Amino acid sequence: MWKYVLKRIGLAIFTIFIIIAITFFAMNAIPGGPFQSEKAPDPAVQRMLQERYNLDKPLVEQFVIYLDNLLHGDFGISLKTGRDISTIIGESFAISAEIGGIAIVVALIPGLIFGSLAALMRNKWPDRVIMFSSTIFVAVPSFVLATLLLLIFCLKLEWIPVWSVNNRNYILPILSLALYPMSYITRLTKSSMLDALGQDYVRTARAKGVSESRVIFKHALRNALIPVVTYMGPMTAYIITGSLVVETVFTIGGLGTKFVSCINDRDYPLIMATTIFLAILLVLLTLVSDLIYKLIDPKIKFE
Amino acid sequence: MMDNNEKFPRKRPFSLQMDLSKFSPATDEEKEQIVQMRESTTFFKDGIKKLSKDPFAMISIAVLLFIVLTIFIAPIIVPYSYQEMISVDGVRDRTAMNLAPFTYSVNEQAAIKSGEKIFPHIFGTDQLSRDYFIRVIYGTRVSLTVGLFASIIVLIIGLIYGSISGYFGGKVDLVLMRIVDIIYALPDMLMIILLAVVLDATLSQALDGTILERVGTNMISIFIVFGLLYWVSMARLVRGQILSIKENEYILAAKALGAKPGRIIRKHILPNCISVIIISTALQIPAAIFTESFLSFVGLGVQAPMPSLGSLASAAREGLQSYPYKLLFPSLMICLIVLSFNLLGDGLRDAFDPKLRR
Amino acid sequence: MSEILLRVKDLKTSFFTNSGEVKAVNGVSFDLEKGKVLGIVGESGSGKSVTAYSIMRILTDPGKIVGGSVMFEGTELTSLSKKKMREVRGKKISIIFQDPMTSLNPVYTIGNQIEEAIKLHTERNKKEIKARAIEMLTLVGVNEPARRVKQYPYELSGGMRQRVMIAMALACEPDILIADEPTTALDVTIQAQILELMQELQKKMGMAIIMITHDLGVIADMCDEIIVMYGGRVCERGNAEDIFYDPRHEYTKGLLHSIPSAVKSKDRLLSIAGTPIDMLNLPTGCPFFSRCGKAMKICLNEPPEEIRVSETHLASCWVNIKDMIDAEKAEEVK
Repeated sequence: MWKYVLKRIGLAIFTIFIIIAITFFAMNAIPGGPFQSEKAPDPAVQRMLQERYNLDKPLVEQFVIYLDNLLHGDFGISLKTGRDISTIIGESFAISAEIGGIAIVVALIPGLIFGSLAALMRNKWPDRVIMFSSTIFVAVPSFVLATLLLLIFCLKLEWIPVWSVNNRNYILPILSLALYPMSYITRLTKSSMLDALGQDYVRTARAKGVSESRVIFKHALRNALIPVVTYMGPMTAYIITGSLVVETVFTIGGLGTKFVSCINDRDYPLIMATTIFLAILLVLLTLVSDLIYKLIDPKIKFE
Repeated sequence: MMDNNEKFPRKRPFSLQMDLSKFSPATDEEKEQIVQMRESTTFFKDGIKKLSKDPFAMISIAVLLFIVLTIFIAPIIVPYSYQEMISVDGVRDRTAMNLAPFTYSVNEQAAIKSGEKIFPHIFGTDQLSRDYFIRVIYGTRVSLTVGLFASIIVLIIGLIYGSISGYFGGKVDLVLMRIVDIIYALPDMLMIILLAVVLDATLSQALDGTILERVGTNMISIFIVFGLLYWVSMARLVRGQILSIKENEYILAAKALGAKPGRIIRKHILPNCISVIIISTALQIPAAIFTESFLSFVGLGVQAPMPSLGSLASAAREGLQSYPYKLLFPSLMICLIVLSFNLLGDGLRDAFDPKLRR
Repeated sequence: MSEILLRVKDLKTSFFTNSGEVKAVNGVSFDLEKGKVLGIVGESGSGKSVTAYSIMRILTDPGKIVGGSVMFEGTELTSLSKKKMREVRGKKISIIFQDPMTSLNPVYTIGNQIEEAIKLHTERNKKEIKARAIEMLTLVGVNEPARRVKQYPYELSGGMRQRVMIAMALACEPDILIADEPTTALDVTIQAQILELMQELQKKMGMAIIMITHDLGVIADMCDEIIVMYGGRVCERGNAEDIFYDPRHEYTKGLLHSIPSAVKSKDRLLSIAGTPIDMLNLPTGCPFFSRCGKAMKICLNEPPEEIRVSETHLASCWVNIKDMIDAEKAEEVK
């Protein structure tokens, strides 16, 4: 099994390398290169760029230098402001991580509970209500939801004030991010619970005289959770990309807003660095969820 | 003498008790009565029958057909173009900005009084005095077209790749699937954004004057990335299906009965694949529409002034409080389309998934 | 005659599906004596497994017991409260199933699963429970029980898993063990081992066994009494000699004739004509009617009454009554 773990980690590292390479070379396909000194507003910045990025060296060598810098935590400097990118990312990421992290928990736990509830009360009213709402919410993209919530709760009803650094109100952005994954997890949990409850080992447990609640929580649920873990990777991807939009809509100063605005500004070094940062984050989180899945699924464990 | 049981203590009345005619042999017709063979249907007929009984699936089909019809008919009926800024008597009408649904601008009202017929603004107008209804219609066109074409690309590439991998197996399969693993690990949205930025800088001049100019470089990047990245799930699915079918005993049975490979593929492998493929495609379309509208929302979608449901929703944020309808219409349309496809996909899965059949 | 542990009388169980009511068990009766082995033979769909599940009350929706009674040690099981029924399951009456791979929970160790049964029904402490689990594994012939206890089902072979199932079922020394096709999913050589094990354990522990199978070979060796089921009803009952050498029901005869013989290889394989019965369309009379070579008009509408052929042998077939009537007539003529 450990062989598998190492293989998987190796694959992740390889993927990260490919992403950095693609990003770097793609960016350099832009006429004039991403570090267009002409674009920089300030001659001092221009000089810094020239030095920092060794723009006179051949491209492959530049790439190696870039990689080396990355490994040392040096992401370069922003074209627009000249500030150190790693600082920029560091500041804004803290906020995004908080929102994203809480959103994951908000999606996961209610999702599991509702899904199990729907499975246990099959065809009764809780099931119908839960399934109805989750079907609807799965059709609402995060940006639509975010804008609607902003409209209703901030602007029209004025129940929740608009976000500002001093007044950090996270509930709406978290809801906008979490509602889709929560609904997805609900549906997934319901079907995998029903599946588990129909298995022979549940029949065996009942035949032994195990109480119904134990059958559900000890025997069925443990098996039903397994498919849900496979969703963790895609869910993280959804939350990361969703945060781009949600933060923009609610004007939150997180990494998402930074990313969107630097795209509009064509601040290439920042675009490059943020893309790589987010990609690495995604690959690592997917790796973790993949490993967890392989560890708890007994079929794979013993291959 | 036989030892009878207690139920028939006396032999003699026994034969008088029972109606002897009943002991005559039963005829074949009488036996047929009991054997009622269920009418045999093909897999597809059975599936379609099931689908037609699913109310949600049927309603979704109706809704989608209605939407498709509307986007074809509306531009014919509605006299406005999606980029046309309302003008009265050839002069741009500045009072026609941000009109509420079914209202007319000051100038238009004057024109109506003097006898002119002006088509109503069903959804009002936007901040550049363009009729909103027609813009939403065109936005829907864009979303549906992108969704459809992107899904077709995914289908074709995934199908071919997965079939080759599954059919040949062995080393070919191993290598092809390794490649799939790597591609699968790449973060798609980020790649699209990256590519869009790059293409925009490199290609935008090149496209001037061509048909593609209206669509814009961003659309091209969407299709490229779909073609490069999104097909992997479909490929895995197809390959998995083919592998499991190949090993199924009924294939062996068919071969043992002397069936030719062509017949085996036609009658055994394909039906099991097709249902999975159809279901997967039906669920892929709303995912593609999601992606397109998301990108439009962040400004990486279709080139303005061509509208997209996502860009309309994004533009609606300006002046959200005063003109909420500008957000509601495109949002509702997105949700309606995605919901319909989701319900349709669910219905198709319930009707056609061979594993779920009872 | 030893004491009767279980008395099933006119049991009726139906499944209420979307397509209609399936009368899976349609009037089944039998007695099970202490320490004896009862075999229930029938093809798929005959209702034999459903009978077992009805006794244990582990039917799943949409199945329901709709009539009859199941008396166990003086208690009526069909009307017992859920709580009290749980105390019976695993402790007084245990059941093992056909496929040991799917019947064991893949995410828990086999030790955990055996211990669960012990913990539920006895008052032992942790150490005692663990010891008992290992003891059971030894009893069923699993090697290295102390090591195996920590293993997961996937790590064991099919035969071993079935032994684990048996260990789990017998851990609390039940009075009755129901074995639902215990060897069908196993290799032939392992089959023999498991059957041998069951016979051994039965001698050692003295429990009664209900052996459910479609395999006549399994039945012949082990069973004190055999009942043959078709279409939810009992066709015939008797001991092995009665059934094999003097079958009185056309279905039983058909079953016996269809066993391929290694000796008589020249003859064609005889199969029973027709198709298995459609359980949604049961006739009011004998379920075997449409496939029976000797079917009579009475067989269509009236369920056959049970005739006593000998002290141990009973059959539910109108042909037997006809034969009796014919014999009477012949007597009269003389």
